[in-house]
Amino acid sequence: MSSPILLAVEDLTVSFDGFKAVDGLSLYLERNEVRVVIGPNGAGKTTLLDLICGKTRATGGSIKFKDLELTKMAEHQIVHKGVGRKFQTPSIYENLTVAQNLELSYPEGRTVMGSLFFRRTPAIQKRVQEIAEEIYLDEDLDKSAGLLSHGQKQWLEIGMLLIQDPELLMLDEPVAGMSVVERERTAALLRKISNNRSVLVIEHDMDFVKDIAHKVTVLHQGKLLAEGKMEDVQKNERVIEVYLGH
Amino acid sequence: MSTQSVVKASWMDKFGGRGKLIQILIIAILILGVLPMVADIFRLNLYGKYLTYAFVAAGLVLCWGYGGILSLGQGIFFGLGGYGMAMFLKLEASSPENTAIQSTPGIPDFMDWNQITELPWFWEPFHSFPLTILLILTVPAFFAFVIGYAMFKRRVGGVYFAIITQAIASIMTILIIGQQGYTGGINGITDLRTLMGWSIQTDFAQYVLYFACGIALILCLLVGQYILNSRYGQLLIAMRDQEDRVRFSGYDVANIKIFVFVAASVFSAIGGAFFTLQVGFMSPSFVGTVASIEMVIFCAVGGRLSLIGAAYGAFLVNLAKSSLSESFPQLWVVAMGALFIAVVMLFPRGLAGLVSDYATPVRDRLLGLFNRKPPAPKADAPKPESARLQKRDGVSIGSAQETH
Ligand SMILES: Nc1ncnc2c1ncn2[C@@H]1O[C@H](COP(=O)(O)OP(=O)(O)OP(=O)(O)O)[C@@H](O)[C@H]1O
Ligand SMILES: [Mg+2]
Repeated sequence: MSSPILLAVEDLTVSFDGFKAVDGLSLYLERNEVRVVIGPNGAGKTTLLDLICGKTRATGGSIKFKDLELTKMAEHQIVHKGVGRKFQTPSIYENLTVAQNLELSYPEGRTVMGSLFFRRTPAIQKRVQEIAEEIYLDEDLDKSAGLLSHGQKQWLEIGMLLIQDPELLMLDEPVAGMSVVERERTAALLRKISNNRSVLVIEHDMDFVKDIAHKVTVLHQGKLLAEGKMEDVQKNERVIEVYLGH
Repeated sequence: MSTQSVVKASWMDKFGGRGKLIQILIIAILILGVLPMVADIFRLNLYGKYLTYAFVAAGLVLCWGYGGILSLGQGIFFGLGGYGMAMFLKLEASSPENTAIQSTPGIPDFMDWNQITELPWFWEPFHSFPLTILLILTVPAFFAFVIGYAMFKRRVGGVYFAIITQAIASIMTILIIGQQGYTGGINGITDLRTLMGWSIQTDFAQYVLYFACGIALILCLLVGQYILNSRYGQLLIAMRDQEDRVRFSGYDVANIKIFVFVAASVFSAIGGAFFTLQVGFMSPSFVGTVASIEMVIFCAVGGRLSLIGAAYGAFLVNLAKSSLSESFPQLWVVAMGALFIAVVMLFPRGLAGLVSDYATPVRDRLLGLFNRKPPAPKADAPKPESARLQKRDGVSIGSAQETH
């Protein structure tokens, strides 16, 4: 393995009509690291993920994933290179079954012709089954995804990313709206899936953050406020003032 | 367990399963068996004309119902197909012997009237029938590709796309009407008599053309069924519901949209070509904005989530149109508008939705009466299949659709 750095964000800026949602931000993520980004509402956390996955285009700065510059790449190509992203509100295909949701996310048959003549091989079925077990949904494979509970929908979307085996997995508030039990299971899931990939998580739930984070990055008004181990960040006065205090 | 059951999917599942194939068989029997038996050739020819709109409606099911792309310009492609066929037939009708009295013999009469002395270059390929067929399929596909590429790569969609297609349909009629010498103008291309020396006006020819049209329609329905039941068909549903999730799962969403728009345009063009053959002329009134909107109504009434439903819709609305508009021409326009509003507000899944809500339970109960042990086959039927079948009936799709 070459460099230990998987993702290097440098001096990243995006301006919406003059308002800088992300402002001169730099951030380095190592391989196999679980990083949690925290910060008050509107700090620019979601925008940061949008920039990395290509949903929003940067006004300045660079995003290097391995040796690739992502800021100019098409969204689907960024995915092909190994970046997966979960949205803040669960985004799944409600009119399809759990199995179909997973299968559609399987990284094959991604062109028009490829999807028209796609064949469901036993290997693919096995993979769908495996992922379903990992995300606690193996009993619900044939259920319409729209009928899942909120927490299960979050898991399903994580599963849809896992089946693509991304090197970088980005999760926007994965435990929002989950029960305590569901949070614990999600934490267990994240620990398991971070074995061989880097994970970038946005989260507000501090217990959950403590549970999973290797390192924490605090954003405020689009800028980096603090970075380091959770214990250290928690003691940082600026962080307490703008975020943890209330 | 579900992994096991999916393996032994039969070939029928590629087309939506046995139930869907039976429905297609029924429509095939109606078109190729029942109608020709009960109708005289005059009426059968009219029915054939109605069926040409079923191609368009089926294309709209793919593009609008499943892909979520509303095109108000399907008349463009219907027209391209129809004009392509008309140009071939017109050239045949304009042989130097037939047109000896013109100042320039050998060119279509309307060109001569417009002081054109040489066949325009784009008419030349239509001397050849194989080339004509090729162009009927490829020109609309190319046109749709260009429109789709320009729009979808720039992420233009929804209402904007609908309005732009409507505008293109309008531009196309203006062009056709304005370029009288090249297109026949507002009268269209008329006086079409023979197809490779074979008169298309005899009763026998009209039977043959009707059957050819019916068979082509069944084939298109099968192709459509295949598309909807492939991974691509699922992608259409996924894209309609969560476009960003599809994009960030590694798909180029624009390409998916372009393909479905091209497929719908080719369906329309085939319909247009059969229209010209059976009606004997083509004119701008079948291309323009009104015609294009009517096509959407055919699809909506039949059910935009059902290929088969849309085919019935196209046929029945046209049947109603011709009986109503003969007696009350003004009333028809109002009735059509009212019908569209009623369908959109009250029956968003159209006739197909009504049938699956009311007729299917009755049928199942009847089958249950004959079948002494109905639970047994149900129980060992592969589960994902049944889930998928249910989807294709439009039940779950439709109900969710209403909440969107
Ligand atoms: N496309 C956009 N156009 C204009 N402003 C935007 C756009 N996207 C985000 N913003 C603004 O940028 C700021 C940062 O938003 P962002 O969604 O990144 O916050 P966040 O940190 O994810 O907050 P939350 O914790 O509430 O999810 C907000 O003020 C938001 O209104
Ligand atoms: Mg956010």
